[in-house]
This record gives sequence, C-alpha cells and structure tokens, in this order.
Amino acid sequence: MYSSKDAALRARNKPASLGPDLDLDQYSRRSKNWEPCPLSSLSEDILKRALKVGVVPDEKSRSATFFQIDHSVIFKAIQDVFENKIEIMSTKEALKKYSWLKKYWWKIVKVDTDKYTALAELAWDQGYFIRILEDQKVTIPLQACIFISVNNLNQNVHNIIIAEPGSEAQIITGCTLHSNVHRGLHVGVTEFYIKEDAKLTFTMIHNWAQNFDTRPRSGAVIEDNAVFISNYMCLKPVKSLQMYPVAYCRGKESRVRFSNILYGVGNSYIDVGSKIVLQNEGCRGEVISRAVAADKAQIYARGFLQGEHGDTKAHLECRGLLLSDEAMIYAIPELIAKAQGAELSHEAAVGKIAEDQIQYLMARGFSKSEAEALIVRGFIDISIFGLPKDLETEIQKMIDVTTERAL
Amino acid sequence: MVDNILEIQNLSVEVSGKRILNKVNLQIPEGEVHVLFGPNGSGKSSLIMALLGFPSYKIVEGKIIFKGKDITNLPTNERVKMGISVAFQNPPAIRGVKLGEVLNHLIPDKNKMNDLLNKVKFTPNFLERDINLGFSGGEIKKSEILQVLAQNGDLLILDEPDSGVDVENLRVLGEVINELLRDRSALIITHLGVILRYVNTDRAHVLLNGTIVCSGPPVKILGQILNEGYVWCMKCIRVKTQRCEPEISRQA
Repeated sequence: MYSSKDAALRARNKPASLGPDLDLDQYSRRSKNWEPCPLSSLSEDILKRALKVGVVPDEKSRSATFFQIDHSVIFKAIQDVFENKIEIMSTKEALKKYSWLKKYWWKIVKVDTDKYTALAELAWDQGYFIRILEDQKVTIPLQACIFISVNNLNQNVHNIIIAEPGSEAQIITGCTLHSNVHRGLHVGVTEFYIKEDAKLTFTMIHNWAQNFDTRPRSGAVIEDNAVFISNYMCLKPVKSLQMYPVAYCRGKESRVRFSNILYGVGNSYIDVGSKIVLQNEGCRGEVISRAVAADKAQIYARGFLQGEHGDTKAHLECRGLLLSDEAMIYAIPELIAKAQGAELSHEAAVGKIAEDQIQYLMARGFSKSEAEALIVRGFIDISIFGLPKDLETEIQKMIDVTTERAL
Repeated sequence: MVDNILEIQNLSVEVSGKRILNKVNLQIPEGEVHVLFGPNGSGKSSLIMALLGFPSYKIVEGKIIFKGKDITNLPTNERVKMGISVAFQNPPAIRGVKLGEVLNHLIPDKNKMNDLLNKVKFTPNFLERDINLGFSGGEIKKSEILQVLAQNGDLLILDEPDSGVDVENLRVLGEVINELLRDRSALIITHLGVILRYVNTDRAHVLLNGTIVCSGPPVKILGQILNEGYVWCMKCIRVKTQRCEPEISRQA
C-alpha cells in the first residue's frame, strides 16, 4: 500500500521521547461493528458524554457533523446550506475518493515519530477528513466526536483537515468515552493544512478516565497570510496524556496561536506542549497555557518557539495554579532563534492559589471553598480561546460544572 | 445606655511571631462613626485584618465582641454575614474574577445594582472588568465603596478611603460615604484626614506602635496631628499632657 507501512514497522517499538512508555499489548483491539445511524438514535448516555466535549446531538446547530464510535463511523452529515462548501467523511473514504490525498498523508506528522504514530499506521481506525472549500466562510461550527464504548480498547484515528485558500471555519472536536470505560488507549494523529488567506479555529476537548491513556500527535502547515488557532482543553482525569503538536508557519505573514487549558485531578499525568516554527517573513506565533493541578496531578506545560527568519515574532505565556501540596506543575519554555531579528519571548508563573485573594473574597461573604472555586474558574479563562460567543458560553458551562465539582 | 456594636478588649495580635497589636481596647457604640489615626506601620490595617479574622493575624490575647457576641474565633465569612463590611486600602487583583460576579453574589437585584453604580458614577461595563486588575487609585476606592454599599452591613470599616484619589473623585466618594454612614456605625481609618471634610464623625483614636494611645474629639486630634505630626502623640504618651490625659484615664 504505502511505503509508510515499512517506516511504521521499523518504529513499532520506538518509545516516545516524552511521557510514560506504554505497553501496547495490554490493550484490546476488539470492538463490535457499529452500524451507521442518526445521532438521535444513539443512547442517552452516549449523547450526554458527547455533549460534555462540545458535540451537540442536534446536528442542525452545527454546519457538519462526524461521529465515530470505537472503530466505526456511525454518522456524517452536512447541513444543506453548507453543501458544496465543506466536505466531511472518514479518512478511509476520503483516501479512496481522492488520490491526491496521499500528498497530505503522513506529511506533517512523521509515521515513524514513535510507536504511537506507527500504531496509527499499522492499526488504523478511520478518523475524519474535513475540507473547507476555497473561499467558503462557514459561519456555523463543524463538529466531530471520537468515542470509545468498550473498556480497554485501543483506538487509533488519523484525521486530515484542509482549509483551502481563502476559507474560514470553526471546528469543535471532542474525544471521550462511555462511563463504563475505565482504561484504554486513544492515539489521534491530526494533520492540518491551512492554505493562503485561510483561517481555521480548531477547538479540541478531551474527556477521559483515570486509567485511560492518550497520545495525540498533531502537526500543522500554515501558508501565506493564513491563520491557525488551536485550542485544547482537558478538564477530567486521565492516566497519562502526552502531546506536543507542532505548527510550521511556512507562508509569509502566517499566524498561529495555541491555547491550552489543563485541569489535572487525581493521579493524572499530563504532558502537553506546543511547538511553533516560524519559517517566513512576518510570521507570528503565540502559546498560552493555563494549568491547574489538584490532588496528586503532575502537569508538564511545554512550549517551543523557533525563529528561522529575521522578521518573526512569537511569545509563550504559561500560568499554573497548584491546588494541592502533592500536585506538581513543571513549566518548560524553550526558545531557539536561528536568525537575527527573530523576537522570541516567554513568561511563566506557577504557584499556589493566593491566600490574600481567598481572604478578600471571604470578606465579601464567600465561603473558603466558594472563593477558591471562583478564583479557579477565573483562572481557567476561556476567553483565551477567542471563540464565538455561543460556543464560548457552551464551553464555559462545562468549565463551571468541573470547577464546582472539583472544589 | 447605648449598646456597643463593637468592643475590642485587650486585643494582642501577632503575624509570623511578631507582635503587631498590643492590648488594644476600643468601643464603638451603635450608631457612632469613629476615626482611627496613626502613622504608616502603626497597625491600623492589621487591626482590620484581625477584626475580619484573617488566618495569618493570630490573636494571642483578648476578645472581639460584635453585636454582643464573641466573634474572636469565627471564620471571616461568618463575621461578614453578621454585618461587618470592609472597604480595603489595597485589595488584591484577581484575574478572571469579575467585579460584577462579586457584586451579584451580594446583591442579586439588577435594578438595585444599577442604583448603586450610579451613586459611585460607574458605568455597567465596569462590572465586566477583572476585580482590581489595572484599576486606578480612584477606581479601587470606588469599587470598594460599591461593594460595601452592596454588602449593606451594620458596621462599616473604611481603610484609607481617601488615599490616592483625585479631587473630583474625592468629592463623589465623600458624598457617597456621608450618605452611607447615616444611621450606621463605622470605623474610618485615615492618616491624612481628608475624608473628614465630607463626613461627620463622633470620636477619634490614635494608634501608635500597635496600641491605642489616645482618644478624643476627631477635629481636635486631627488638628494636633496636622500641626505637629505624630511626634506630638509620642511626646504625649511620655508626658501625659492635659489634652490627652482625660481620654487616657477614661480608656483605662
């Protein structure tokens, strides 16, 4: 098939450079085959879980919807008014339909990066292909849900997103699992192509379980004058999550912003970074992270900025809030300037919740726990995602539920 | 006899093992407005923190009686619920927590809230700002008074409500505070006394090195401080001049 298979075979035992090394044999590859069906016919508990990662059951409030359970694509649809403006289908279907798609396959993320990318090649379970056609401005968000219904399952998706020249869209994707699923492994490869003058806002929400592992592997190429906004949020426990997506600002005046909101609880091990490589004149990049660590959570918040052209600028901002003496936040910024005139900067602040802030709010009548919840909620500042008001309100509600329960 | 709304009895307080208040005695009768003078570092703000029960202000002796109840060991929010409202001198900025969120908690009625906003000449969009973040000196004072208005307590404690405020805002604040204090009990902390131009007060106390050394008519004491500085008060402890002696003996 593809030569990528050989590379994958060679890398099948290659540990990732970061994060705990997982024994891939411990997970099951067996799942039932789900037949395609309308979203409304899915069980209440699946729909509820999907809603918590921003995927709404009423597909009319989204311009397009993709829904995968385990290894099966069960639903994909585009609203009539957006026909001929966007395409959404499984990557398996897309590769059959478009021979040119091979030029986009494993081109940003390398198949032999580590055993997880290799696994995504050797045991590939669909994923979504989303394409915004040239000059189309899609005003209503698209949504995709990748769901796991079987305990201890290994699911490996490979997604491709192409924003054709001059297009604009908002995508919200949620990865989550059934409440019966306690452990398992999700590997998600996503390759983004943001072409000239296009603008893509991609918001990914993860919601896993305390014994579940996940290894997303993402990369983006941004062409002339294009803008890529990537938002990531994980508010629920996870056994281990390690990802370090990279964006190459290849075109002139291309821009990228990564925003991460991480809330570590229980024994969660979270290692999330963002890399930006500025390769052309006028490129701009920004990484903003908010990390909250409670209980015994360990959070590594990484950032990597590389300026390869003189007229480039990027900034890294990381704020961490510790809610427990047993939790840990490790902020690791890296700046590499390879050309004179590349302006790279970073600021990081990690610390406990400030006592004077709690006392001040208590002097306004809040109890200690109410004051802490208010401060944490304020710290998890959803406005950094730069989302449209409706979407922001939806996500704020999810955060409110989390912060209320956690404290 | 008028009941005291607040009675501080022989209160000594330590912060990180260091004594900052020493045997403070102070009574505020119901309905009276008292002023607390004192130089920088004399312990004025610490007295407020101790009254509110902030954990780092450790009470090593004495009692705080509010409305006849011993509140010395109550948590801050319980004291506040009983009716103590404080306008802080230097409140902390809290990123992401909107002034409106705090006010909503205190006063859920939107119309009443708008009335209060008009009083301090704030526009509603001010409520969308992160509390105290990037506020000017005058905005901090107005926001603090606004929160005290919304708390609607029975004993108001205003810590330096006049410091760092320009003339225009001082007038607005002075009028609001004067109206606020009508029929209420209050303790106003000031070291310059500018606010006294706008507010009627009943009695003043001078705090020096963590101890109340003198009490008396506010205008007279302020006059002495403005003319001769706190040096006069210090001298006063040593020599017990006739001006202060009656007050000191009354306290003792």
